Amino acid sequence: MLADDLRGMFYIALKDLRAYYFKPPNISWGILFPFAFVLAFAIRNPGETRELVPGLLGLTILFGTSSMEAIVIVFERRIGSLERLMLAPIRLPALLAGKLLGGMTFGLMVTAVVLVIALAAFGIAGVNWLLLLLALLFSAAAFSALGAFVSVAVREIFEAQTLANFIRFPMMFLGGVFVPVASMPLGLQVVARLLPLTYSVEAFRSALDGRPFGDGMVDLAFLAGFACIMFGLAVWVMRNKQD
Amino acid sequence: MNEAIQANGLIKTYPAGKGDPPLRAVDGIDFSVHPGEVFGFLGPNGAGKTTTIRMLTGLTRPSAGSATILDLDLATEVTQIKKRIGVVPEASNLYDELTALDNLVFSMQLYGVPRAERRPRAEALLERFRLGDKRDAPFAKLSRGMKRALTVAAALAHRPPLVFLDEPTTGLDVMSARSLRQMIAGLRDEGVTIFLTTHYLEEAERLCGRIAVIVRGRIVALDTVEALKAGAEQKTIVEVVLADSKGDLEKKRIESDDVEATVRHALADAGGRRVLAVNTLRPSLEDVFVRLTGLSAEAMLAEKGGKGGGNAGG
Repeated sequence: MLADDLRGMFYIALKDLRAYYFKPPNISWGILFPFAFVLAFAIRNPGETRELVPGLLGLTILFGTSSMEAIVIVFERRIGSLERLMLAPIRLPALLAGKLLGGMTFGLMVTAVVLVIALAAFGIAGVNWLLLLLALLFSAAAFSALGAFVSVAVREIFEAQTLANFIRFPMMFLGGVFVPVASMPLGLQVVARLLPLTYSVEAFRSALDGRPFGDGMVDLAFLAGFACIMFGLAVWVMRNKQD
Repeated sequence: MNEAIQANGLIKTYPAGKGDPPLRAVDGIDFSVHPGEVFGFLGPNGAGKTTTIRMLTGLTRPSAGSATILDLDLATEVTQIKKRIGVVPEASNLYDELTALDNLVFSMQLYGVPRAERRPRAEALLERFRLGDKRDAPFAKLSRGMKRALTVAAALAHRPPLVFLDEPTTGLDVMSARSLRQMIAGLRDEGVTIFLTTHYLEEAERLCGRIAVIVRGRIVALDTVEALKAGAEQKTIVEVVLADSKGDLEKKRIESDDVEATVRHALADAGGRRVLAVNTLRPSLEDVFVRLTGLSAEAMLAEKGGKGGGNAGG
């Protein structure tokens, strides 16, 4: 049964990447959107561009993983093709994990492009590569699970887009991307500490600054926990809707 | 193998919605489907046909009751059941973005068909369903009939011994519907067990060995087509064709124990219209259905908005 689940996950992810993710508008949106925001801040404060790289990575992986993930399940439910997957001999968590895997893969590929450009521009000396790799993986899992939860929680595609943006845009400004969390008013700092993007950006910052692995442990743990909770909620909601 | 499907007291109740009471869509149904037969499941809209299929295919859990599919327990072995069944839902639901060939290959990937077998099997299915020249066309670009045929082909991709067909010809033009019926008959001849829901009574009569009629969640009749018709043959059908002054026709069908009295009454009731024909008929499956459901076939088709099954030839 596990072999069936793993095979199903792999092929669902592969199908989603071919059918939805690897489309020119999606790729260009995934890369250009975070760059545009960061460029706007870099122009305003040209001396601090290096400081924006962790935020740029966080933003790219947030939008790269969740933009399509948030609509793909609700879209397939609308056109009836989700039922094909639910009829396949795999368990529901494996079906959703396949969906997550597609979003994660795309988000990681887009972020890899941004990462290569950033490292070429600012150098790779002192980077904690293991922490960087885990920060990428855990961020991708957390944001992809967030997208999946949004997608199963709504009925219409426009609702998914609205809900995803309702969550992502405040997170973008409170998650330490442009303004360090420590410099925010106390109330906003409390809110920021509830947002996964905050931990993603801090993990990237620790990795790029070459800090020891232990400095990123709390961030990774939060991201992993957030991914598990979102995934569990998505499975629960989908199972209830099924019945 | 015992029965291909054995359902015992299946119940499905949907919880109350906003302002709506709980809905018992299926209300304690018992039936069995023999291996290798085409089993028809007929009923008006909302009778519980699709809910029954959704339960038997593991898409939704029964509220009560039990079932075995191919000797596997629906409650505990649903993943194993899914491996061995094919399902053609009411709407053609393959992936618009994938080609005909890729859709079939993806179906086989999900069901664990060995890699070496996938492409040859997909090519063979495309030829069998007369879609060979559409192998590289995206699903979105196919005609409605071709989409339907490809959806059936996808359900057969992993060679399931049991196939559920939910209104396979609804909405198809006459030629596409006829072609699809021939394919279903071909499957039957190969020994595939088929659970078929349809609104087209001629289709059911032509294809099915046995038929169950479900009304408001309950099975009200279950037998062979011949036995169901024989039960109705104690009565004669009198058909009277009337024409008004504009030439508009009305066809009346009246069940009768006394043909002479019925004809006399029908003629007296003509109201000045011309009587074009008076026929006595053997009861059809439609007459059985009307008696059981209180709904005419025309009314059922009008509810459904279907157009493809009127001529069930082939």
